[in-house]
Amino acid sequence: MLDSYFPVLLFILVGLGVGIGPLVLGKILAPHKPNDQKNSPYECGFEAFEDARMKFDVRYYLVAILFILFDLEITFLFPWAVVLDSLGLQGFIVMMIFLGILVVGFIYEWKKGALDWE
Amino acid sequence: MTLSTLLTIAVPEIIILIAAMSVLLLGVFYKNTTSLFGITQLTLLIAAYFTAQLPIDVKLTAFNEMFIADSLSMFLKLLSYFALSLVLIYSRSFLQSRNLHNGEFYALTLFALLGINLIISSYHLLSIYMGLELLSLSLYTLVAFDRNRPEATEAAMKYFVLGAVASGFLLYGFSMLYGITGSLQIAEISSRLSDTSINPVVLSFALVFVVVGIAFKFGAAPFQLWVPDVYQGSATPITMFIGSVPKFASVAMLIRLLFQGLDHMVLDWQAMLLIMAIVSMLFGNITAIAQTKIKRLLAYSAISHVGFMFLGLATGTITGIASALMYIAVYVLMTLASFGLIIHLSNQGKELDQITDLSGLGKQKPWCAFLLLLIFLSLAGIPPTIGFYAKFSIIQATIQFGWIWPAVIAVMSALIGIFYYLRIIKVAYFDEPGKNLNQVSKSSNNELSVTLSINTISLLIIGLFPSSLMDIATLTSALIF
Repeated sequence: MLDSYFPVLLFILVGLGVGIGPLVLGKILAPHKPNDQKNSPYECGFEAFEDARMKFDVRYYLVAILFILFDLEITFLFPWAVVLDSLGLQGFIVMMIFLGILVVGFIYEWKKGALDWE
Repeated sequence: MTLSTLLTIAVPEIIILIAAMSVLLLGVFYKNTTSLFGITQLTLLIAAYFTAQLPIDVKLTAFNEMFIADSLSMFLKLLSYFALSLVLIYSRSFLQSRNLHNGEFYALTLFALLGINLIISSYHLLSIYMGLELLSLSLYTLVAFDRNRPEATEAAMKYFVLGAVASGFLLYGFSMLYGITGSLQIAEISSRLSDTSINPVVLSFALVFVVVGIAFKFGAAPFQLWVPDVYQGSATPITMFIGSVPKFASVAMLIRLLFQGLDHMVLDWQAMLLIMAIVSMLFGNITAIAQTKIKRLLAYSAISHVGFMFLGLATGTITGIASALMYIAVYVLMTLASFGLIIHLSNQGKELDQITDLSGLGKQKPWCAFLLLLIFLSLAGIPPTIGFYAKFSIIQATIQFGWIWPAVIAVMSALIGIFYYLRIIKVAYFDEPGKNLNQVSKSSNNELSVTLSINTISLLIIGLFPSSLMDIATLTSALIF
């Protein structure tokens, strides 16, 4: 009983250690000079506290959508890379075709200026 | 399965994919859009050549039986290329005059065509869904193509939300089918459904979800709510495209899923299709009477035509499928002609919107008025135009199957329909000329008017000699099983 749950216990302990350790070390070792800006919650590019019903710049959506597209590609690449040995040449070519189609999309969005912020 | 046979079967799709990507890149690197028109037309021609090379009487499968080439796929693919080619000819000057003529239009139509081809050749639930998404996403974008017009954006939003829900329904049905049969391949689903130990409740739910998904993509009542808004909101060439080519994919999806996959459930889906057919015919034709805008009127007319197609398919017989295939080919030809006429009359000048804008057409442009007469007589189903023969063959198949009262309802709804089609002809010939028509430019381009004339006259000629088209449709449907 205890044998089978020991790894779980160990996992919890290591997890807690990894979580708490750096915080404690940071508290002890780091220089500590607080100010208003540092203490306020961080939110990228916006005021931290304001009405949630506001207009977002449409460029955020563009970047987010493009990011998701190319991020999802990694979901396909990882399992493919793991079993590439047994897939052989056919598996390699098929993935290259898939990546080729994605690259066409990438060239298009680059040339169209979707990646320029200004 | 060697690579070469695999490539022969899928070569039209590969060509379309390469062309779509090339057009996308060419459009963004070079601004010369006239060459893109040529490239797209050439692609359609080459794809048609390779599609026609495939044997018609053998079922060839590829990619682990996910992809099939048979008589149905050849018939519908060739019609799709032809219809898209006409759409592009009609749209060019319209898009040029409104600054919408760019590479993305051609790339998106080619991607939509790729989706259509994929659906037509799918023999697996996943590849059907993939083709459907490719088609739908291209169509949502095309509807919003004229993005500075609020109506276009509104229509795209509605279409997107409703389309996503319908895709969800279809996917839910697919997942249940997979749960029951343990397979996604259509032939295997069919063979495993003959097993009697299957839970009938889950199977009925799966069937209902699948049928709802298909009916939505067709725009059959009661899943028709998106049709009028999308037809009215999109730019006219886009409306023409949405109203014509994707219909081939819908009919292929229906035949693959219901006739080839769920053929053991024939009694269940027959009833559903019959009810939707009757509701669509009556709803479409009665609601169209109240319309004042021509594109909206054609949208409701589309719903009633889908009802007729469903009636033919609901019989489940080979004559039924043949008549439905015939109907869809004819319907697409009529749709192209009717929207082509709208584009022709709204070139450069003010867009043709209200039915009353047509008044006085008979005196000012007699040839256009004559074409309008032919198109609307054909839509109404009056001999000797092809619209009559298409309706006739559907009703014939229904009566042969022994359904008398559905045939009676079909005839009655067609009679109701004649009223609003004839009213348009009456407005064009007998009403006093309005102000709007004068703004139509005289220097309308030639390739458009010639294509429109040929397209419209062909409605009459095929109507006089319908047997060859009907023979092809009968041959195609006999080879499906």
